[in-house]
Amino acid sequence: MIDFTTSLGPKLGGTLNKLLDDRHSRHLGIKMDTPFTRVLILLILGAALVAGYRVIFGLGASTNMNDYWPWGLWIAFDVLGGVAMAAGAFMIAGAVYILNLKKYKCIARASILNAFFGYLLAAISITFDVGRSAVIWHPLIMWQINSVMFIVALHLVLYLTTLATESSPMVFEKLGWQRALNNVHRIMVGAVMFGVALSLLHQSSLGANYLILPSKLSPLWYSKHIPYMFLVSALMMGFSMVSFETILTGKVFNHQVPKNVLEGLAKGIVCFGSLYFVMKMVTVFSGPGRTVLFSDGFLSFMWLLEMAVGVIIPVLLLAKTASRKHTDTIFVASILVILGVLLNRLNVGVFAVSGYANHVGSDYFPSLMEFILTAGMIAFAVLGFKVCAKYLNLFPDTGH
Amino acid sequence: MTISRRGFLKGVAGSAAVLAAGIPTVEAKMSTELPPEAVGLLYDATLCIGCKSCMVNCKTKNSVPGGALYKDGIVPGVVDSLLCRKSEKTAAILSPPYETKTIRGNEGIWDASQDLSGDTLNIIKAYRNGTGETKDSPTNGHAFFKQQCLHCISPACVSVCPPGALIKDPKTGIVYYDAYRCIGCRYCQLACPFTIPRYEWNSAWPEIRKCQLCRHRVAEGKYAACAEFCPTGATIFGNVTALREEAKKRFAMKPGTIYDFPVQTLDSKNCSTRPVASYADKVYGLTEAGGTQNLMLSAVSFELLGFSKDIPASALPDLTWAYIAKIPWVFLGVFLGGTSLYAITSRRNKNSADKEDHHD
Repeated sequence: MIDFTTSLGPKLGGTLNKLLDDRHSRHLGIKMDTPFTRVLILLILGAALVAGYRVIFGLGASTNMNDYWPWGLWIAFDVLGGVAMAAGAFMIAGAVYILNLKKYKCIARASILNAFFGYLLAAISITFDVGRSAVIWHPLIMWQINSVMFIVALHLVLYLTTLATESSPMVFEKLGWQRALNNVHRIMVGAVMFGVALSLLHQSSLGANYLILPSKLSPLWYSKHIPYMFLVSALMMGFSMVSFETILTGKVFNHQVPKNVLEGLAKGIVCFGSLYFVMKMVTVFSGPGRTVLFSDGFLSFMWLLEMAVGVIIPVLLLAKTASRKHTDTIFVASILVILGVLLNRLNVGVFAVSGYANHVGSDYFPSLMEFILTAGMIAFAVLGFKVCAKYLNLFPDTGH
Repeated sequence: MTISRRGFLKGVAGSAAVLAAGIPTVEAKMSTELPPEAVGLLYDATLCIGCKSCMVNCKTKNSVPGGALYKDGIVPGVVDSLLCRKSEKTAAILSPPYETKTIRGNEGIWDASQDLSGDTLNIIKAYRNGTGETKDSPTNGHAFFKQQCLHCISPACVSVCPPGALIKDPKTGIVYYDAYRCIGCRYCQLACPFTIPRYEWNSAWPEIRKCQLCRHRVAEGKYAACAEFCPTGATIFGNVTALREEAKKRFAMKPGTIYDFPVQTLDSKNCSTRPVASYADKVYGLTEAGGTQNLMLSAVSFELLGFSKDIPASALPDLTWAYIAKIPWVFLGVFLGGTSLYAITSRRNKNSADKEDHHD
């Protein structure tokens, strides 16, 4: 390992040395210089170029969005999807710190960090999606409480701060800052509660953005209850994301979590998946959606696909107690839920307005640059997580 | 956990009290009442001859400082936004939007707008069916119609704008735009049931563009340019309450009755005398999205003209307000519920830990 004290002096160099000390994670066997990492860096560089082009030449030059299709891939996937993928953190944090379910403590750090990157992805993408990126902070000082988007903006900033606070002990531990560590521990339960409240609101607010579109959103997705649909599907996604990431890191990084943790998560998927299924069915059959359930061509197909992949198949896969003991079954079911909920966000954000927009003669398919930015953002989240897994004590108290 | 339970409970009780005290102040629900001095337009498609004089004059009269199409250079625009200030502009516009050099052979005289856009605030479009011979006939006929901001009584765009860049004037009811506040999120475009706000997609510092009912001219005692330059009285300007009466009166009249249609403004002495046409389904704007300040009459039904038939008859901001009003209670519920759960589960854990200790 390089000793930074010689080149940067004892204070700064010492801090850097402590941060880059990876003795505690050696057993995970994380290598930084791999082809995979190089691909991630390339994708991030591509996204940085697109972001620069977008800032200089405007949205019209870089995206295919238009007046009838003002929100595209970046909002639907990066923002709606990224935030939904981050739902696991507040649930696990709440279980560990408020409900004192200590068995989940071993995955708390990883899921909080995962959420931090999910939110960061959403925040960076929306910064480039708004036309005047340099003043994206305006809502923080120009309050307009009738706007759901204002609520979302406020929550995004507050929750990113909360997630950073919840993750900070990992960094303080490494630096040996005992005072700061004690202070964070003292406010931890309060911070977690604040995080739970913000998350409940934030997840549902993203759905509430669409409440004002009764005449534009397809009746397959529009409902007065869309905020609650977003919330429950995010909870289902949260359990899946945490178990997916736990199993995946277990496979890649050579470490194991107790089996009963995964079983608990799988049970969560089944509970919230069933609840979501009932909610979806009740809303679609009690509203105008039932008339177009099979007759709206592409949109009906997308609705059925989203329900089959994201809800029905995974819930059936995990319905039996025996199947919840099988790590591979949980892994597959989790991936299906993640894909299904992401598809739901794409459906609401992009496809559900197509009926209206096509009627007035407009069409949308994301441009190459939109795809490159989104891919780069995902690469950024993956690489960020990997770096943190190497240099921070991400998996305390796990067997290996 | 190093924190004492009592200290923590005290803190929670304190914040809950602050939150509870904050709840009554959150009463900013948008009005659904028409402002008493509200102004608007009445567009009667049966009088429109499709000359597009309104479009031309809309562009020229709005390209002056204060107008809806006026734009300063990019640097002053960015600086104003960064410093959060609105500055009075006096310099002439750099490139008027109607002087488009991209169409060959017109030497920048006209720009041939096809739709509302970042530089077109109102547009006259044509409906045609079959042979197109008879004016104002749905079959084998033609008709003109006008698209522009209708200035909702309870505008969705105003309610969704996160930094409050779209504002409804409390006196005149005109929905206008304060560019320096805008972050460019385009939620107004999505939320508007009529999809009126347009975006400057090709600008690095884009603005939202829509009709602002010539607010800068109204402030000078004048009125909307499209009404002033309409030769037939198809577009007239006036007080909304009076315009509503006028529209309902025309709609109820027997087709063929000779009527003095006022030109330019509702109280104008200048009239065009002609028979009343047979109006289709309704006066557009009385109930759409909770009512609008601009009204429209047509002999061809609005659905045939391409207007959405799914727009609800109630104010759209109410749909989101029902959700937003619940937010303080979520905080209260999570903090109270979370604290009690935390207290219960901590005690249970302590008890079981004690028991284990005892065993040891």
